[in-house]
Amino acid sequence: MNAREEILERMRRALDGAGPAPEPPREYRRSLDADVDVVELLIDRLVDYKAYVHHGIASIPEALGEARRVVVPADLPAEWRLGEAEFVEDEALTTADLDGADAVLTGCAAAVAVSGTIMLDAGAAQGRRAITLVPDHHVVVVRRDQITGHLAEALPRLDPTGPQTWISGPSATSDIELQRVEGVHGPRRLDVVILADSALTHRQSCSSS
Amino acid sequence: MSTAFPKAAKVALGMPQLRSNLAHATGTIRGKRAKVVGELDDWERLRDTAAAIKADVQHRMPELAVAFERNATAAGATVHWARDGAEANRIAARITRDAGAEEVVKVKSMATQEIELNEHFAAEGLSAWETDLAELIVQLADDRPSHILVPAIHYNRTEIRDIFRGRMADAPKGLTDDPAALAEAARLHLRRRFLSAKVAVSGANFAVAETGSLVVVESEGNGRMCLTMPETLISIVGVEKLLPRYEDLEVFMQLLPRSSTGERMNPYTSVWTGATEGDGPKDVHIILLDNGRTEVLADEVGRQALSCIRCSACLNVCPVYERTGGHAYGHVYPGPIGAILAPQLEPGRHDDLPYASSLCGACYEVCPVKIDIPEVLVHLRQQGPHGAGEKAAMGAAEAVMARPALWRAALAAARFLSRPWRGRGFVRRLPWPASKWTVSRDMPVPPKESFRDWWKERER
Repeated sequence: MNAREEILERMRRALDGAGPAPEPPREYRRSLDADVDVVELLIDRLVDYKAYVHHGIASIPEALGEARRVVVPADLPAEWRLGEAEFVEDEALTTADLDGADAVLTGCAAAVAVSGTIMLDAGAAQGRRAITLVPDHHVVVVRRDQITGHLAEALPRLDPTGPQTWISGPSATSDIELQRVEGVHGPRRLDVVILADSALTHRQSCSSS
Repeated sequence: MSTAFPKAAKVALGMPQLRSNLAHATGTIRGKRAKVVGELDDWERLRDTAAAIKADVQHRMPELAVAFERNATAAGATVHWARDGAEANRIAARITRDAGAEEVVKVKSMATQEIELNEHFAAEGLSAWETDLAELIVQLADDRPSHILVPAIHYNRTEIRDIFRGRMADAPKGLTDDPAALAEAARLHLRRRFLSAKVAVSGANFAVAETGSLVVVESEGNGRMCLTMPETLISIVGVEKLLPRYEDLEVFMQLLPRSSTGERMNPYTSVWTGATEGDGPKDVHIILLDNGRTEVLADEVGRQALSCIRCSACLNVCPVYERTGGHAYGHVYPGPIGAILAPQLEPGRHDDLPYASSLCGACYEVCPVKIDIPEVLVHLRQQGPHGAGEKAAMGAAEAVMARPALWRAALAAARFLSRPWRGRGFVRRLPWPASKWTVSRDMPVPPKESFRDWWKERER
C-alpha cells in the first residue's frame, strides 16, 4: 500500500463507527452595526498599528515622501502617478531592481475596517506579490467602495484562489519579550491613501481600464 | 512511568532569570489578548463555530483530504503523502536536491519542528535556515524552542543581544539590546539569503479543502519572503489542518491572531493555491503529514487535540507553564496542549505529561477552538500506567471508603495523628512512603472534629 492509501485507510479505521458531526452553528456576527463609520474605524485601526493615512488622490506625492524610484504594476491608473518620482512599471523587474526601488505604489482588492487590514489578491492595480514585498515602503490606495466593516464581508470580494496577501500595518515582530516592534523583513513603512469620494474613484476606475 | 517532567521542572524552577522572563512575557500577552478578545461581542459564538468546524473536519477527514489533494493538484501543486516524519523529511530533501539546491529558507513551522527536518537535512548535507526572528535566535543559540508562538520566550532582550553578538557573524558593531535594533540586525542578516534562495520550506496554518489553498499567518514578512521569492516551495502540512470551506477563514482568522499575539489581525497573511503564472514559486509541493495523527483520531475523547490551531493561548495562561517554561515538557508541543498532544502522538512516551497540570481549567477557558484540555488530561491519566505504590494506596483507599466503620476509624486516626500540625493549616512534609505525595503537594490539616460528629452534636 502506498502512503496515500495507507493514511486514508488509517483515517477510515480510526473513524469506524463515528457518525457525522453536527452541522456547525453559524451565529456569529458577519457585519458591524449599521451606525459604524467604517472609514473612520479603518483609519483608527491603521494608525493604531503604525500605518500612515492620507486622504484623496492629491496626497499620493506626500505618501510617497522622499521616494525617487517607485515600482508600479503596469495597470496602475495613470491618475495615481503623481509627483516628482520616477514610476517604474513592473515588466519582469528582477529582484535586484525591486530591492533597488525606494517604494511601491499599488491599489488593493478590499479592506477590513475592524482589524485595519488591506487585502491584495493579485487583481487590478496590484501586481504580483514580490513587488509589494521587496521595496521597503508600500503606498497602497484604497477606494471608499473597497472598504468593508467586517472580515466576513471582505472575503467574498477576493479571488479565493488568486494569491492573497492580507496586510495589517507594516511588518512587525513580537518575538522579543512579546513587545511589538515594527519593521522586520516586509516593508517597514506602510502608507494608506484613502479615496473617500466614490464619484471620483468611479471615474478613475473607468478611465484606467 | 516516565519522570522526565518532574525532574526537568525542578531544574527550571531553580532558574530565577527564566521564571522572571516567562512571567513578564506571559503576563504581557495575557493582557493584550484579553483586550482584543473583549472587543468582540460574539467571541463565544465564534468559539462554538470553530469547535464544530474542527469536529466536522475530524469526522470527514478522508473525504476532505482527498478533496484538498484534488483541488491543489488541479491548481498546479504536487501533493505528497507522508506516513511519518522520516518519510516527509526524505521527500523534502529529494525535492530540494532535484531543484539543484543545497539549502532552504524556512518559515516557522511546528510540523517541521516535530519531524526534526533541520536535523535530517543536516545529516544529508543540506542546510535549513530559520528565518523567523525567534527561531533564528534559538538556532543561533543552538537551543530548543520553548513556546509554540515565541520559541525564544525564555530569553530577555539582553540575552538575545549577547547571542547575536556571539553567534551572528554579520551582527552590527555596537549592537544594543533595543528590540528595534535587534530586529534590524535580523533583517540585515537574512536579506541576501531571502533574495537568493532557490527553495523554501513552510508549514501551513490552514489547508482549505474546497479550493486546495494553503494559508500562512505571520508577522515579520519572512513568511512572505519564503512563500514568494524562491522557485520551489515545499509545504509540510499535518492532515488535521484541513478546513472544509474558504468561508471558514472568516471564523479562524478572527480567533487565531487575537488568541496568539493578541492582535486584531497579524501583520501578514498569505493564501495561495497551487502555482500562479508569473507570481511566486513555479514548483509548488505539499506534503500531507500523518505522523501519529490518525492514531489520535482513533481516540474519541483524545481526538479533540487535533482541533488545535497552535495559537499558544493555553501556554500563556497556564500556572505550570509560567513557572517551568517549555523545555521541561521535553517535547516540541509544550504547555497544556503539549500535555495532551505529546503522549498521544508518541504513545508510551511522555506518560508523565498529563500530570503536569493542576486541572485548573484556564486553558479550556481561553482555547479558541474549545478543546476541553482538562477532560483529555484526566482521560489520559486514566489510560496511562500507574505505579505499584499508587495502585496499592488506591486499593487500600477503596477498601476503607467502602466500609463506613473503617472509614470513620481512619478519619479518627488521621485527626489523632495530625495533632502536631494543628494550627498550622497545612501538612507540608510526611515520612516515607507518604513523602512521595507531600514532596510536591501540601495537605490541609484535618479539622478537630468531623462534619458527622459536629452534626450529631448539633442534633442533640
